[in-house]
Amino acid sequence: MIRAVEAISLLIIPLFILFTVWYGTFKKVRVYDSFVAGAKEGPAIILKIFPYLLTIFMAIKGFQASGAFDYVRDAFYGVFAFLDLPIEAVSMSIFKPLSGSASTALFTDIVQTSGTDSMATRMSAVIMGSAETTFYVLAVYLGAVNIRKTRYLVPVCLVADLIGIVVAVCVARYFF
Amino acid sequence: MNVLWLVMISVSVVFAIFTGNLEAFTKSIFDGAKSAVEVSLFLLGIVSIWMGITRILEDSGLIYRIAHLFKPIISRLFKNIPGDHPSITAITLNVLANLFGLGNAATPLGIKAMQELDALNEDKETITPEMMVFIVLNTASIQLIPFSVIGILATFGDSNPAAIVLPVLIATAVSAMTALLVLAAFRRFFG
Repeated sequence: MIRAVEAISLLIIPLFILFTVWYGTFKKVRVYDSFVAGAKEGPAIILKIFPYLLTIFMAIKGFQASGAFDYVRDAFYGVFAFLDLPIEAVSMSIFKPLSGSASTALFTDIVQTSGTDSMATRMSAVIMGSAETTFYVLAVYLGAVNIRKTRYLVPVCLVADLIGIVVAVCVARYFF
Repeated sequence: MNVLWLVMISVSVVFAIFTGNLEAFTKSIFDGAKSAVEVSLFLLGIVSIWMGITRILEDSGLIYRIAHLFKPIISRLFKNIPGDHPSITAITLNVLANLFGLGNAATPLGIKAMQELDALNEDKETITPEMMVFIVLNTASIQLIPFSVIGILATFGDSNPAAIVLPVLIATAVSAMTALLVLAAFRRFFG
C-alpha cells in the first residue's frame, strides 16, 4: 500500500506534464508558445500578492517572538491536560493555521521525539493532514484580487479551524 | 482582516514590553519580511510554471472537458455563477489539485479562480459569497492522500504510515462540511 502511494506521489506531476504536452501537440497547439504566454502572467500575480504576504508574515512572526504565542499555547495546555490529550497536539493545532513550514518542522520534531506510533504523533498527523494554513490562503487569495472588505469571512475561517481541530482530535482518538 | 491584524500587532507589542522580548520582536518583524520575499520568489517560479501548464490545457481544450465532468457539483456549491463561466474550470482544477495533495499546483489555480470570480464582482473592494465559499473550501483543506505527512512518517521508520489515510480522510471531510455549514450560518445571520 505504502509503495503504491509513494509511486503515485512521485509519478503524478511528471506524468501530468507529459500528458498535457502530448495532448496539446495532438490538438495542434504550439505548446512552447502557449507555455510562455501562460508563464508571463506569473510575475504580475506575485507582485500583487507580495504586500499581503508581507503584512501577514510580519504579524505572525511578531506574535511568536513577543511571547504572546507561548501564552496562548499555555492556556490551551491546561484544557488539553484536563481532557487527557497529548500536549504536542496543542502546538500543532496553533501552528498549522499560521505557518506551513513551521508546522512541518514541528511535526517532524514530534515524530522524532515521541516515536512514530505514539498518540502525540498520530493526533498531530491527522491535524497536519486535515487542516490548512488559513492565514496564508487568506493573504494569497484575497491579495490576488485586491479585496479589502472581507465581511464575515475571517471569523468563519477561524471558527471552522477550531471545529476542524476538535474533529481531528476526536477522529484520532477513535482510530488509535 | 483589519481587526485581526490590529489585534495581533497590538497584543504582540504589549506582550513584548511585558516579557522583555522587545529586541526579539523587532528582529522577528524583519524576519517576517525576509520570509515574505523568500515565499514570493518561490511562488513566482511555481505559479509561472502552473500558469504555463494551464495555458496549454486551455489552448488544447482539455481543461474544459475536465471541468464539464464536475460542473454539476460545482454549480451546486456556487449558485450565482453562469453555466459556462471560466471560473468553473479554475475552481474545478483547484479542488482537484487540493484533493490530490498538489499544494504547489493548487495555489496558482486558486488565484486564477479568484480572478475569474472577481470578473463577476460588481463592487471590486467587497468579497462575493462565491469567493467566500471558495476560500472556505480551501482553508478547510480537502485532501484525499496526505503525501507530506506519510512521507515524514515513512522517513522515521513507521511500519505502516498509510494507516493515517482513512482517519485524515474522515477528519477532512467532516471539517470541510462543517466549515461550509458555519459559512451558511454566518450568511443567514449577517446577510
